[in-house]
Amino acid sequence: MTKLNQIELALAGAMLAVAPWIIDAAPYEATMGLVQKIFYFHMPAAWLFLLAAIIAGTASAMFLFGKKRDMDGWALAAAELAVVFGIITLVTGPLWARKAWGIWWVWDARLTSSLILWMIFVAYLLLRRYGGPGADKLGAGMALFGLANVPFIFVSVNVWRTLHPQTSVVPTLPVQMGGPLWFCITAFFLLFLALLGMRARLERQRVRIEDLYLAEDEA
Amino acid sequence: MRFCRALFLAALLTAAPAALVAQPQPSADEFVPMEEAPPEEQIPAINLVAAAYGFVWIVVVGYVWSLGRRLQKAESEIAALEQRRR
Repeated sequence: MTKLNQIELALAGAMLAVAPWIIDAAPYEATMGLVQKIFYFHMPAAWLFLLAAIIAGTASAMFLFGKKRDMDGWALAAAELAVVFGIITLVTGPLWARKAWGIWWVWDARLTSSLILWMIFVAYLLLRRYGGPGADKLGAGMALFGLANVPFIFVSVNVWRTLHPQTSVVPTLPVQMGGPLWFCITAFFLLFLALLGMRARLERQRVRIEDLYLAEDEA
Repeated sequence: MRFCRALFLAALLTAAPAALVAQPQPSADEFVPMEEAPPEEQIPAINLVAAAYGFVWIVVVGYVWSLGRRLQKAESEIAALEQRRR
């Protein structure tokens, strides 16, 4: 772990540790009450889920078309984070929806496309783990599908009728709610940066191990 | 064949009156406020909030721990391989 990753991780950990008190001090939303507080973790996780998919897709495109070998490691790291932040989004969302909407899940455009994106990256990781030779290029193609899904997920709430709040909610939040939200976004983003750096480093180490084994075989 | 016909007729005769006396059910997309839902359908908000935050913490701590362990394992493997090369 690099010094920078350690600082990011420590900062994120400290911020997430005090986050419950900051969230507790935020006012209750008028119609949903207490359960709306899930929002402060759900939304940052959802943003990072999409960001991880964008990074995985872009790095895969650079690997496939730009022949940049090291980009494959970044794509794999981001894909793993897409699965981690995706599961947080897909579990905290229904917990909130159960109280706010009266149901755990609804097959609308936002929820369904988010589930599909998560499944694409789970499939990507399975392919990379068990796919054998050539899985890196096949996986990169799959990550491009994931990337193509991101704008669809983002605009889905504004284009189709859905129970999910629209994207215009965040800019219109009052300061008492916006403050804790941006605090949580910063904490999650620092955590994301640290994890991405650590996971990409692990991939570089794996390449180094393979090189060392090859050198040993040749000797 | 005769038995099948008799069975079908019996089923029809039993189902028809049941369908006639059945109360109209509310449509699936009809709005029912949560406050009016039966108590067994209502879950306290605190349970859902606690479950959500608990889940986030478990996933984050679990992932950081797993990543740290994998990094440590890779580093020790590199050290062992480099030592063998010398």
